[in-house]
Amino acid sequence: MTDKKSHPSLLGATLAIVQKDLAAEFRSRELFSAMLVFSLLVIIIFNFALELDIEVRRTVAAGVLWTTFAFAGTLGLNRSMAVEKDRGCMDGLLLAPVDRSAIFFGKAISNLVFMLVVEAIVLPVYALLYDEMRIFQPGFLGVILLGSIGYIGVGTLLSTMSVQTRMREVLLPILLFPIAIPVLLAAVKASSGILSGAEWAEIVTPINILILYDVVFIAVPYMFFDAVVEE
Amino acid sequence: MQSKPIALTILDVVSIIVLGISTYLALVFAPTEAVMGEVQRVFYFHIGTAWIGLLGFIIAAIAGITYLVTKDLKWDRFEVAAVEVSTVFFFLTIVLGSIWARPAWNTWWTWDPRLTTAAVTELIYIAYFMLRQGIDDPDKRARFGALYTLLGGISAPITFMVIRLFRTIHPVVIGNQSAAAQGGFSMSSDMKVAFFFALFAFTVIFVDLIWHRVRLGALQEKVEQLKLKLSD
Repeated sequence: MTDKKSHPSLLGATLAIVQKDLAAEFRSRELFSAMLVFSLLVIIIFNFALELDIEVRRTVAAGVLWTTFAFAGTLGLNRSMAVEKDRGCMDGLLLAPVDRSAIFFGKAISNLVFMLVVEAIVLPVYALLYDEMRIFQPGFLGVILLGSIGYIGVGTLLSTMSVQTRMREVLLPILLFPIAIPVLLAAVKASSGILSGAEWAEIVTPINILILYDVVFIAVPYMFFDAVVEE
Repeated sequence: MQSKPIALTILDVVSIIVLGISTYLALVFAPTEAVMGEVQRVFYFHIGTAWIGLLGFIIAAIAGITYLVTKDLKWDRFEVAAVEVSTVFFFLTIVLGSIWARPAWNTWWTWDPRLTTAAVTELIYIAYFMLRQGIDDPDKRARFGALYTLLGGISAPITFMVIRLFRTIHPVVIGNQSAAAQGGFSMSSDMKVAFFFALFAFTVIFVDLIWHRVRLGALQEKVEQLKLKLSD
């Protein structure tokens, strides 16, 4: 750590945690490779399960992509929290003289970075495999960003909870999916609208819901993260 | 050992009586609906159980927040009671709705906002119990449970908003002039009597069940403490 101040600011502490996670991941590449390989496998399975011919592909592309991201996201969230718990890093983080919300934001930002990196690789691969260049438009990518933020916001809180239970990894998707349904469905609705070239009036409501969800599910974990980590 | 309070026994009896009256009103007193026929009578209990399910969900979220602020385990017992009762009645709502939907919509199930939100809410409840089961420390269990009901309470209305973007055919019976949705109808005054009495009856039953469950929770805790004392 380069920051030698006794009480780093919220931003400083958050960035320090992000830096720690990214450095650890850059060395091991465990999480990233698991998420990426898993995503590609899911896309291959969807290809045969849904028989993605040209007609079907046009309507289900957004759904396939979002299902893939959601599954890969849970994988990443689980792993990122399990590492903290297993090696006692969480206790170290909690002992640090920083605001607890810095831990939440730090973990959330690094989770988001992992998810976005995986998405940044999966999207071109998907585009290449299915000759679907329409996904490279700002609106579509913006929706992916908004959806990922909401998903990771609530996911970071819930994964912090689930690693502390007896069922651990098994529990996260069960806790997360029913709560994350709004963000996933709104993202699918908005992105398939953009892909099919729908009017702005049709896309604006799901995008508003996405923004609402993002704001609420960053604010609530921020307020209550203390209650999840205290012993 | 605390004995069962007299008031609770009275409430038990009242619950059974109002349930009986409500059944009579729904099945005999209320006129048969002109278009849908007898199956429409399911509606009175469908609304009654749905109302309790919703009430329990809201009460659980409020009890959860109160617990997080006060850290008093009494609120946690209250929250568990509300969620448990609500889970059962929400399930009944879905089953009763399906019985009505089969003749009215010609399908047991449709992905309408209300139906989907009810199903998702039911899944949130089940996840809630799984979460609690995996934690031994009572304080941590209460904290996580409270937080999860809060998250569920916030996300359920957003789920509803989202699914509305997809489609709806669920009838809106109150405050709806157009009755555009399939299966909508306007209530006659006798129907209203049966309707409001069902709401009242199920509210009484709700209070009764919650009371029992909170009491059971307190007794459970006592047993756990006694066990700990014995093992020391």
